[in-house]
Amino acid sequence: MKRHLISAADLTRDDAVLILDTAEEMARVADRPIKKLPTLRGRTICNLFFEDSTRTRISFEAAEKRLSADVINFAAKGSSVSKGESLKDTAQTLEAMGVDAVVIRHSASGAPYRLATSGWIDAPVINAGDGTHQHPTQALLDAFTMRRRLVGRDAGLGKGLDGRRITLVGDVLHSRVARSNVDLLHTLGAEVTLVAPPTLVPVGVETWPCEVSYSLDEVLPKSDAVMMLRVQRERMNAAFFPTEREYSRRYGLDSARMAKMPEHALVMHPGPMVRGMEITAEVADSDRCTVVEQVANGVSVRMAVLYLLLGGSEPAVTTPAAARTEENK
Amino acid sequence: MSKILIRGAKVLGGEPQDVLIDGETIAEVGTGLSADGVDTVIEASGQVLLPGLVDLHTHLREPGREDSETVLTGTRAAAAGGYTAVFAMANTFPVADTAGVVEQVWRLGKESGYCDVQPIGAVTVGLEGKKLSELGAMHESAANVTVFSDDGKCVDDAVIMRRALEYVKAFGGVVAQHAQEPRLTEGAQMNEGTVSAELGLGGWPAVAEESIIARDVLLAEHVGSRVHICHLSTAGSVEIVRWAKSRGIDVTAEVTPHHLLLTDELVRSYNPVYKVNPPLRTERDVMALREALADGTIDIVATDHAPHPHEDKDCEWAAAAMGMVGLETALSVVQQTMVETGLLDWAGVADRMSFAPARIGSLPNHGRPVSAGEPANLTLVDTSYRGAVDPAHFASRSRNTPYEGRELPGRVTHTFLRGRATVVDGTLA
Repeated sequence: MKRHLISAADLTRDDAVLILDTAEEMARVADRPIKKLPTLRGRTICNLFFEDSTRTRISFEAAEKRLSADVINFAAKGSSVSKGESLKDTAQTLEAMGVDAVVIRHSASGAPYRLATSGWIDAPVINAGDGTHQHPTQALLDAFTMRRRLVGRDAGLGKGLDGRRITLVGDVLHSRVARSNVDLLHTLGAEVTLVAPPTLVPVGVETWPCEVSYSLDEVLPKSDAVMMLRVQRERMNAAFFPTEREYSRRYGLDSARMAKMPEHALVMHPGPMVRGMEITAEVADSDRCTVVEQVANGVSVRMAVLYLLLGGSEPAVTTPAAARTEENK
Repeated sequence: MSKILIRGAKVLGGEPQDVLIDGETIAEVGTGLSADGVDTVIEASGQVLLPGLVDLHTHLREPGREDSETVLTGTRAAAAGGYTAVFAMANTFPVADTAGVVEQVWRLGKESGYCDVQPIGAVTVGLEGKKLSELGAMHESAANVTVFSDDGKCVDDAVIMRRALEYVKAFGGVVAQHAQEPRLTEGAQMNEGTVSAELGLGGWPAVAEESIIARDVLLAEHVGSRVHICHLSTAGSVEIVRWAKSRGIDVTAEVTPHHLLLTDELVRSYNPVYKVNPPLRTERDVMALREALADGTIDIVATDHAPHPHEDKDCEWAAAAMGMVGLETALSVVQQTMVETGLLDWAGVADRMSFAPARIGSLPNHGRPVSAGEPANLTLVDTSYRGAVDPAHFASRSRNTPYEGRELPGRVTHTFLRGRATVVDGTLA
């Protein structure tokens, strides 16, 4: 493993599989009456959120607390891009306070990379989403969800997603989730197809390890999982597509479209969903939709990432037997 | 004034010759000139002697941002880089859109003594693109402004651009356009292409530059005016300028040293030192720009020297200021990208960095041949020098160079402004 987790593209297949396997172990903790491990006791982790994201912040916080880390939440809302110096100052303040790791969310693409490489700070940096660049733990939790559903909880251990066909639908241009997923799913052996109106596909996408289609209906029958991306309402005013209705007709997922998918295929969404536009309520609430599972899996995957970056050599999950052996040494 | 004999220098890269400077002018050029009565003899064997360089595109930041550069520090940087004249861009605070401001900049240049400063006037009031500045008043002022530009911003209103092109004809002026279609570059952070797609940074598409250049050369043709294109950066822009020239349109164009050397691959570091406007483009663009500079489609090299204080670059990419300093490294970059690649000889460099910019900017006493009777504005270059760029030694007040630690060839050993040495043995006099 690298020292930081900035981009899903930084992960080798072995790294990624190790994280997913470790996340399976972590998931077992959630089934225990006391959902807590001593692994990161005495370590301080700062959640540095320059951009609002309650879901991601809570997920990281839950993961940190289940590993017994001390948690500092720092919400530096809004002003960072207009006053760029604050990232450096904030980082150095945290460093001075002896923070052991920084989880950063920022509206500027590349901010976590700058934090990790500019010498402002020594602690490991975990990217919790930067601009339209990357959101690697989201990609990991998505891959984890897919592996569980498509390969199996135990059968999946040690494995990737080889040969599985995954479709991402929607605003690829502005989506860090899409970028992270394309990188990670490719690393794990899946075949990825992006589906969007041409206005929402970045210029330069031809170098990405994936296919691009403008027709959702053509791609659905050959998809093992379909991940709907969020379309922000402000895109409406910027002429990316004519109307919400037209977008919905061409790229929205309703039950008629879902019926074209293979029986086993999943419907995924990183949330929050815009019901009615990108996904109908019926589809969102169906058994095939994994949105709630994705949230739960997010905690396990983030525990795995934090443990692997910070935990050193101790086993992630100490079983009572292993603990006794440790004491007898 | 003193007499200086430069001995054995390769004038414009040609055969070794001696050049005798007497006071403010070149007295004699020949071989075996006598050192009798000479105050200083400079042994310049192996070095190349060029006419003093002229930069048509410099940001001196004064008035308003003296924390990044002043006329004094900027002209010292210019002298160190071999320049004897620079054109100061109008985007200062206050904007150089009145006779008062351009005269102030011009006067500060006179006082500095390192390099002639020729102010550029803003095309529109406050660079806002809405109302023409008093172009005539700036021309008639002591600063005698002939180049007008809203650089940093594009004159995007076609009617305003047309009127400006027409209006400056009355006094032989030229409008220097920063070609950037504003709507196509909203939120732009870097060249739009494969790298921006991967990095998730807002794209600055080539067509935003090319569409404005296409429009402006057609406007210049229609009204019979002269237009200059600032910092051309794409292969497509080269094609348009080439077409316009073949059609007889009176257009000139400049390229910056950094667009001749660096590509958008460097942005992968997210290091804002590479953030510049127009953005670094692709390898294909770089090669097209070099070819175009060699064949004369692009007329000149201009630095777009854009100093910024450390704090404006030591931050995340999106928050960082755009621009790079360039005066002190321009000639080295041109040597590496144009001379050492065989695309241009030193006479060609003299043309692209001195004769042509002086001609475009109507500066009669610069960009002159190295011959008897001409003003002694000269630059002596040790072309065999190799060394890593160390911004700590810059004369500029700012250090935002993309070349820190990079080895570049060539070093300016002497610069003469009207016979007075501003740089001696590589050190500012």
